[in-house]
Amino acid sequence: MDKDLYRKVGLTCDEYEKIKGILGREPNELEINLYGVMWSEHCSYKNSKPVLRMFPTSGERVLQGPGENAGIVDIGDNMAVVMKIESHNHPSAVEPYQGAATGVGGIIRDIFTMGARPIASLNSLRFGELDNSRTKYLFEHVVAGIAGYGNCIGIPTVGGEVYFNDCYKGNPLVNAMCVGIIEHKDIKRGTAAGAGNAVMIVGASTGRDGMGGASFASTELTQESQENRSAVQVGDPFMEKLLLEACLELFQTGCVVGVQDLGAAGLTSACSETASRGNSGMDIDVSLVPRREAGMIPVEVMISESQERMLVIVEKGREDEVTAIFEKWGLHSSVIGRVTDDGMLTIRDKGVIVGQVPAKSLADQAPVYHREYREPGYIEERKTLDLNSIPIPENMNEILMQLLGSPNIASKEWVYRQYDHMVRTCTAVTPGSDAAVIRIRGTRKAIALTTDCNSRYCYLNPGVGGAIAIAEAARNLVCSGARPLAVTDGLNFGNPEKPEIFWQFRQSVSGMSDACRALGTPVISGNVSFYNETETDAVFPTPIVGMVGLVEDVDHITTQAFRDEGDVVLMLGVNKGEIGGSEYLKVIHGMERGAVPELDLQTEKKVQECCLEGIRKGYVKSAHDCSEGGLAVALAECCISGNIGAVVSCGDGLRKDALLFGESQSRIIITTSPDDLARVEELARKTGVDCLNMGHVGGSTLEVAINGHKEIDLPVKDMEIQWREALKCIME
Amino acid sequence: MKFGVVVFPGSNCDIDCYHALRDVMGQPTEYIWHKDRDLSGFDCIVLPGGFSYGDYLRCGAIARFSPVMDKVIEFADRGKPVIGICNGFQILTEAGLLPGTLLRNQNMKFICETISVKVENANTPFTNLCEEGQVLNIPIAHGDGNYFVDDSTLEEMQVNGQIVFRYCGPDGQVIEGRNPNGSLKNIAGVCNKKRNVLGMMPHPERCMERILNNEDGVIIFKSIINYLEGGGIDG
Repeated sequence: MDKDLYRKVGLTCDEYEKIKGILGREPNELEINLYGVMWSEHCSYKNSKPVLRMFPTSGERVLQGPGENAGIVDIGDNMAVVMKIESHNHPSAVEPYQGAATGVGGIIRDIFTMGARPIASLNSLRFGELDNSRTKYLFEHVVAGIAGYGNCIGIPTVGGEVYFNDCYKGNPLVNAMCVGIIEHKDIKRGTAAGAGNAVMIVGASTGRDGMGGASFASTELTQESQENRSAVQVGDPFMEKLLLEACLELFQTGCVVGVQDLGAAGLTSACSETASRGNSGMDIDVSLVPRREAGMIPVEVMISESQERMLVIVEKGREDEVTAIFEKWGLHSSVIGRVTDDGMLTIRDKGVIVGQVPAKSLADQAPVYHREYREPGYIEERKTLDLNSIPIPENMNEILMQLLGSPNIASKEWVYRQYDHMVRTCTAVTPGSDAAVIRIRGTRKAIALTTDCNSRYCYLNPGVGGAIAIAEAARNLVCSGARPLAVTDGLNFGNPEKPEIFWQFRQSVSGMSDACRALGTPVISGNVSFYNETETDAVFPTPIVGMVGLVEDVDHITTQAFRDEGDVVLMLGVNKGEIGGSEYLKVIHGMERGAVPELDLQTEKKVQECCLEGIRKGYVKSAHDCSEGGLAVALAECCISGNIGAVVSCGDGLRKDALLFGESQSRIIITTSPDDLARVEELARKTGVDCLNMGHVGGSTLEVAINGHKEIDLPVKDMEIQWREALKCIME
Repeated sequence: MKFGVVVFPGSNCDIDCYHALRDVMGQPTEYIWHKDRDLSGFDCIVLPGGFSYGDYLRCGAIARFSPVMDKVIEFADRGKPVIGICNGFQILTEAGLLPGTLLRNQNMKFICETISVKVENANTPFTNLCEEGQVLNIPIAHGDGNYFVDDSTLEEMQVNGQIVFRYCGPDGQVIEGRNPNGSLKNIAGVCNKKRNVLGMMPHPERCMERILNNEDGVIIFKSIINYLEGGGIDG
């Protein structure tokens, strides 16, 4: 065997020695490839595992935590929500349409693998600044890929976020999230048990696409990456739609013991992980796997990442039931082997054993690395911000208009107009408010969904930034009338072998964990994506938070839109005028520095409790959290969404730019009718939350006075055009 | 009165139409698998939206060869109402039940948004409870909704009142600026000469309930029920 083969498959010398120890011999070429993909960071989490243990992962509502295809959280009445987020960054960097499309396809499979009906998709995207054709190309095609897959399969894409920053220029981030709904009794798991039970591969046939994608995802992007297109899979949403329907129909028969989708590392991971979870073995013959290409050798069949395939473990003797259902949907189903009780993954080719390794050694025994970590030098340097050196702009109207037109704040309608966000007719709140809301048919309940992460905060202070990502996601759900339930996280970082990057990773996870504990939202699934670097630099630490919340009664569904003339505008929380790390500082003054906004988790919790209670009691008519662009942008968004103006005033000792555009946390703008004002103020007093009466809704302009002086005076129509058209203008 | 919702491989608005008819309108409704050939007992057939066979070829071009389509053509020939929504519209044009064809949207992108459409002909089984000129706000969601037909057929269709819906502004202005996809003459929905087959790109089944903040689609299904109950149309 080629002595350097282990290097080619991404293993180190020590890892190779460990494999020899496990097998008691030299692995053959097929076997070394199995370890190569399974022990990659993407499949094994070998660098991240010790850190991920910081996350709270249990809670009374958690039915399935991390370790399965997706997490599951109870929403009462024997119903549960299944959710997961996953990255598809590297494929999207080299082939944006297919990279993004297959990211969507993969995450949808993770959801129905658990037995659930997928009901909504979200995504979180990061690109470089839109000042060059390459970035525009990536953005346009990633969006098209998400649309192409999601629209065809008929699962609404209901929410997400898009941010632009130079740090993502060479390495965009494409994280896709899917959410499903399931009755408790229908939950399936990826377990192979019961010697003699059939191992079946169903769905699409196997080709050479996506060879070694897991390893590809576990290295930095280089010039040669662009040549590595064969590591990118090609999606077929129609095939997956059939697979989805066929699988859900099959699960109803009760003949399925376990099921797992073929994602990263293809058949290798599906076989070894299911066998490992079931404490069993598996004996399969690759010659029985339906192919779409001639001449494939066993190793190619084993590591192919061809899409739209599932591994199903079926009760012995009931294989024909599977075949009948899959035939109805026009799909393959082939018995490729049997479950065994010897703990070995035995791979044959036309009956002859070509590889045999302990299943657990692939799935669970990858080495775990406790990486070195060290605070990067830039952290101290970037902390400083001399406010005196920043001139206070004269004309706040101009500044607000400029912010409303900046791609990070402007309406993302150009994006979500391309996504079918209404199919399945359950989308009660469509994209554009704080969170998407999906009603649960046949009940009074709904779920609210959001993705969130301000990576500039995470860059400047990963600990606080991570905590803010969780807090803001929860705040978004609360503003929609939901109680936050659980988190799925998409952790996107640079090369973990660099101590500075690993420090960012540890700090972020630590901050997120604290916030998750404080807000009662355990992490139930997620994904780690390292090596998001190009030759020049790493991306900002970007721990994306996908969060789900429960709306107990559809009457509680609330949006950011100001509603009626005369409603009182209140702010829960405190203006602190923090402009460090703000969008204002970046867009207007060209700086990404300063102390990020502070976050007091107890205050945050109280503000959220107060807002949710007000909504449930029916006092709160609209709610919107203050985030990028601060108070002024939040007010503008409330006006634009409601197509009505507002007259508000505020003031104290703060600089007026800091007051208007600072991004202090734990603030929510709510409105209430004058009749309920006293009740809301009483509720705030009782919960210990500052509640500032700012003015009222009405007219067709937004007027904001500071210390009695009118600083903002803009027609809602003008703001709307600026906000709504900005992204479209850049892209068309 | 019984409604049938055809399920092609790749249909994805089948469940929405089923829900709209059964749960919202309270009508007996059944799915019809595309390989079924028995349409007896049905009073109205719905071809739902979606991506039949993935629509990797021309939209609807494969679905028209599904076994059920011969029976749908017979059903229509007997004068019974057939409504095709979005992909269903595309299939009806491919099957020759409706004139014209649906091209890629002019901007080459999928478009999903709620849009205003004007009822051009209120004298059909599908619009008989509408006022002529009434504006309905109904979502569209398609990549291939750019209606095209040759001049002479268009002329004929106009004479016969076969243009049922046009995209318009909030006050009913049929102008180019309110044309989302480049459709000829802002056409959003057409019927056959006998007016018992309707194809429309907008999705009335998506706006049937208060929780979805829009109930404008109800009038379409109410009209069908009214028609089937004998609430006739003129001529």
